Amino acid sequence: MNKREFLKGAIVFFPAGGALAALARQAMGKETGSAPAKDANGKKGYDPASHFYGMGVDIDKCIGCNRCAVACKAENDVPDEPFYFRTWVERYTIARDGEVVVENISLGARETTTQDAREIIRTFFVPKLCNHCQNPPCVQVCPVNATFTTADGAVIVDAERCIGCRYCIQACPYGARYLHPTTKTADKCTFCYHRLVKGLQPACVEVCPTQARIFGDLKSRASRLVRFRRLNKIHVLKPQLNTEPKVYYANLDGEVR
Amino acid sequence: MNLTKGTDGLSELLGQITGFIYPNEIEIHWSILIVVYPYVTGLVAGAFILASLVKVFKIKEVQPTYRLSLLTALAFLLVAPLPLLLHLSQPQRFYEILLTPNPSSAMAMFGFVYAWYLMGVLLLEIWFEYRRDLVTLARTSSVPLNWVYRVLSLFSRDVSEAALAFDRKAIQFITIIGIPSAFLLHGYVGFIFGSVKANPWWGSVLMPIVFLMSAIVSGIALVILLYMVLAGIRREPIDMACLDKITSYLFYAVIVDFSLEALDFIHRLYQSEESVKILGSLITHKLFMSLFVIQILLGMFIPLGILVLAKMRGFGDELRKLLYFTAVILIQIGIFATRWNVVIGGQLFSKSFRGLMTYKMEVTGIEGLVAALVLLALPFAVLYVLIKLLPTRRLDEVSAATSTARTA
Repeated sequence: MNKREFLKGAIVFFPAGGALAALARQAMGKETGSAPAKDANGKKGYDPASHFYGMGVDIDKCIGCNRCAVACKAENDVPDEPFYFRTWVERYTIARDGEVVVENISLGARETTTQDAREIIRTFFVPKLCNHCQNPPCVQVCPVNATFTTADGAVIVDAERCIGCRYCIQACPYGARYLHPTTKTADKCTFCYHRLVKGLQPACVEVCPTQARIFGDLKSRASRLVRFRRLNKIHVLKPQLNTEPKVYYANLDGEVR
Repeated sequence: MNLTKGTDGLSELLGQITGFIYPNEIEIHWSILIVVYPYVTGLVAGAFILASLVKVFKIKEVQPTYRLSLLTALAFLLVAPLPLLLHLSQPQRFYEILLTPNPSSAMAMFGFVYAWYLMGVLLLEIWFEYRRDLVTLARTSSVPLNWVYRVLSLFSRDVSEAALAFDRKAIQFITIIGIPSAFLLHGYVGFIFGSVKANPWWGSVLMPIVFLMSAIVSGIALVILLYMVLAGIRREPIDMACLDKITSYLFYAVIVDFSLEALDFIHRLYQSEESVKILGSLITHKLFMSLFVIQILLGMFIPLGILVLAKMRGFGDELRKLLYFTAVILIQIGIFATRWNVVIGGQLFSKSFRGLMTYKMEVTGIEGLVAALVLLALPFAVLYVLIKLLPTRRLDEVSAATSTARTA
């Protein structure tokens, strides 16, 4: 490469790189809202009121690799034991005679199925997590307001405030809560709130190799989640309980509860 | 895997699941202490309602148990918050529930319902009932007991007829407010469970009413038991007219309680909703003993049979006493089983409706069997002190009784 070619390349490369970076920033901003907003003091920062988060799960894309559940435990210091999960993956196997076998594949070592493969008519994986309901029964019952909904739509627990009465755990229809054995307070998925405010995606979404989990801002018309809701038939878990979940499933089977 | 401290018990339960459960559901969060809590508050409400029969409905026969019922209600009410407090995993933060309560939370109302019932109703009624005796006792007792009575009487001295008439009027008024308050106290406990829509075993509009009726049953049965035991200890004759009257109220209360629970059961079975299969296997696999054998057979059918037998036949006093005594003990066991079946039973099936869990009770831990037994025994210790301080019969009655005995 001579000097002339190098300079020509540089003239094209740098502005193009800059434009791409700007586009990427903009795209990211639309996804998770890192577009710098100004707060009341005029400082640049994260403005919760301008977002409203939810998650989409495409059942047909989930391959049951369990990376989401592993990433979640690592990211959020969830205890290793197989009875504390902020997210987990269920496997459904439905036989010709209508028998349904459900297993939690995030429990660790899996037993091989005893079902005759020829008798199985459909099988699929269902990632589960807190539904960050818009009408959350856990928030309703918390006696001390330790669990609450943020302006941007995440249901989270204030561990400094929780008295450990566990009414919220009883009230959650999805089994999404547990009592953290170390802090002795209620614990659950936060949509990785600490990442959201930095403009990052939740850990489970980030590691999903098939993009079965889609995270986004329901207030932004250009978000991936809004597009996901436009392009798919959507169902939520236990709609009859009127909890108004914000985890939206595409291609969900009627057997899933 | 790095094991977290204190979780080995849960690993053991992992092998005892049948079917599929959500992974976080393995831990049974509301333990035996939460069984004790509605049992104890139920006794409070029931004992108070028995006391109200005397004052509001003017049922004279029940008068001998009036003061005992009030003191029983107080003794149990004083202990009632303890199982809740011990159950919290952050008990040092309990005051938050009083200082910054969430108005939409049924549980947050506990402090207010409790405080109202204790101070607005029970203590007030007891004070007015005992005021005259306290004034007398403050005069006649020796140091330092006379000071205790003086403080308890809040330094009042007026025993004029007008003051006593005011006492009676006050009691009447408080009892009238007290009945709905007692309903509120225990209906509210039922509402804590009945309002959980996520749990089909709990979520029922009948729950507060079933709680209330079983509370009345257990409270009446307990006062009968205490009355008989106390008479035995003091070697006093039992007022059989009183006993016959209360046991007939007990009989009707058990009938109503049973009818409500049967209605609930039939309704669920007939409606046959999504949860009917898992609830069916819950009661046949997990609750067979505690529901069918203890609660229904031992706690309802057999005592009902005994009560019918005692009423129908012209048995002598001694045999009737024995029959009543057996019936009230069985009823107590049955009502405890009722609380167990609600609280523990509601946590033994998965909200996925696909599997069952197991509850393994601790023995020595803070939420274990020993703690529960201590909490169940504690109200009796409190009651012992209360009875020592506050006579269960009015002083003028006692002196009248002794003077008639002397003249005879």
